[in-house]
Amino acid sequence: MSVGQLVTSSPKAVPAYSAVTRRRSRNPRAPYLFLLPFFAINLVFFLYPLIYATVLAFYQTNGPARRAYVGWGNFAFILRDPDFHKALWNTTIFAIFSIGLQLPLSLGLAMLLNSKNDKFKSLFRLAIFAPNLVGQVFVGIMFSILFMPRYGLFNRGLQSLIGWGLEEQWLGDPKLVMPAIIIAAMWMYVGFNMIYFLAALQNVDQSLVEAATIDGAGPTSIFWNVTVPAIAPVATFVVVTSTIGSYQLFELPYNLLQNNGAGYGPSNSGMTIVGYLYQNAFANGDLGTGAAVGWVLTFIILIISIIQIRIAGKVGSET
Amino acid sequence: MNFLHLFLIFLAAIFLALWFFSRSAALKYGRFAILLLVATVMLMPFAWLVCSAFKSIDAMDRYTFLPPPSQISCDNLNLDNFRSLLEKQPTLSGPVTFWRYVANSLFLASTTTVVSLFFCSLGGYALAKYRFRGRNAVMVYMLSSMAIPAVVLLAPNFEVIWRLGWMDTYKALIIPGAVSAFGIFLFRQAMLNVPNELLEAARIDGCNEFKIYLTLIMPLVRPMSGAFCLISFMGSWNAFLPPNIFLQSQSKLPLPVILNQYMGTYVQHYGIFLAGTLLAVIPPAILFFSLQREFISGLTSGAVKQ
Repeated sequence: MSVGQLVTSSPKAVPAYSAVTRRRSRNPRAPYLFLLPFFAINLVFFLYPLIYATVLAFYQTNGPARRAYVGWGNFAFILRDPDFHKALWNTTIFAIFSIGLQLPLSLGLAMLLNSKNDKFKSLFRLAIFAPNLVGQVFVGIMFSILFMPRYGLFNRGLQSLIGWGLEEQWLGDPKLVMPAIIIAAMWMYVGFNMIYFLAALQNVDQSLVEAATIDGAGPTSIFWNVTVPAIAPVATFVVVTSTIGSYQLFELPYNLLQNNGAGYGPSNSGMTIVGYLYQNAFANGDLGTGAAVGWVLTFIILIISIIQIRIAGKVGSET
Repeated sequence: MNFLHLFLIFLAAIFLALWFFSRSAALKYGRFAILLLVATVMLMPFAWLVCSAFKSIDAMDRYTFLPPPSQISCDNLNLDNFRSLLEKQPTLSGPVTFWRYVANSLFLASTTTVVSLFFCSLGGYALAKYRFRGRNAVMVYMLSSMAIPAVVLLAPNFEVIWRLGWMDTYKALIIPGAVSAFGIFLFRQAMLNVPNELLEAARIDGCNEFKIYLTLIMPLVRPMSGAFCLISFMGSWNAFLPPNIFLQSQSKLPLPVILNQYMGTYVQHYGIFLAGTLLAVIPPAILFFSLQREFISGLTSGAVKQ
């Protein structure tokens, strides 16, 4: 009888409805039918490819049609390839900066925005969130011009602010490529994460803040003892999802650097892990190596996420 | 010392002066000033994009934004960038205009949105309002499938699409994206709030299960549908990697792939692809402004308990 039975919030409290439910014969297949599209598509484009990726990773392929078994060869090749080391290094740097620099900025902006009866609040929120309307591709295209030596808006702004940077080749100098990517990503995502922190800050118990203020707690102490525990779950969520997102960075640098090193920057200074996957699997046609890179990346992301969630759990249980 | 420095010093001076009279007024002002500066910095690239799309190549290098009012003329501010952008261009599949790519993008994004709105809400309805054998297993499966990064599927999916014979067709882009665990969960969250008594009443009136979904549930979760449509539309509109991999004919390409191409073609006349970028940014912006509130609540509903 449990099959197809309606979920009622408290079946005992409304006996009349449950009785009706039992008497009327409903189609018990309905929920399965409603989920059928998901399962059909998931099977063909998720579960099968996921399993198949494990097989493919052990083959060297030339396009989808030709292949040869190479055992652990793909993994050995990737782990020894200096390009992959470069990609891993760049992506890790990017992830560290997006968590260490961008998230505190997002939180700071959210705290500045989070005050009651402010008619400008929604306007500021909209302005800071606006870059998210634009996809990574378009952000990359815009910043490729904004970073132009001498003429770019960014270079000119920097020059008039700190007297340096007018002639810098942000996209041509291997030392400056990663900072340029980090700056462009910051412009794009600072507002996105701010929205999450803003929603979390609305969960902070105002009576607790008032009580702490009456007890003589300063703003710093209130921040660490009231605000941080209240936003901890959302902060964990934001840190984990930004790490996952950072490790999958591709479209932004690929478009930003389209005219500098064919999308990867001079001497691969802007190469990311997904960029490396794209280059091997689709530019060079070796899907096997692509699948192997995919698994290595999944493994990295999984390990880092687990560590982050563990740390968050420990910190959470202490406070 | 320049205008920018003077302006910043001026802002700081006001803060100090206010601090002398009233601390809370100074803090309020400081908060406002910082937000205003940040908002200006965030909006500046957009202002620059709009200006650049209309500037001639000489004016582009000479002026950061617009020429001073006394210098404005048809020589430095005109529609030439758009004219060159919208010209017919010879390709392997015949002459194609830029509007064709706009139409491709609009078609792909709206089809994906409508199809995934239907399938995701249907799945969400099943998980929110039925108790059936295997429901918990389905939920666990969906949640864990969301933890797998999409890039691991890129290479094997390429082969799946190739074997299905879907290369260079829109099917390759629309069908794999037609339903997602993420979307199903969004709708499940929204539909949990619909009272069961309402469904029971409809059943007594003789509604079948699908009709309940269509005429009762869907109107009640309209805000979530709005948010989902926007997320889905923008995701498809801005997608670069899948169309770049699966599509080959020039006349089928959507805007992100085309503008990436144009970066190489018009490297000397970047006003042209900036004009294209401006056109590409407008449709999602219009959608966003009309659905802003729903969008933000939809984004955060996964992370924050309301």
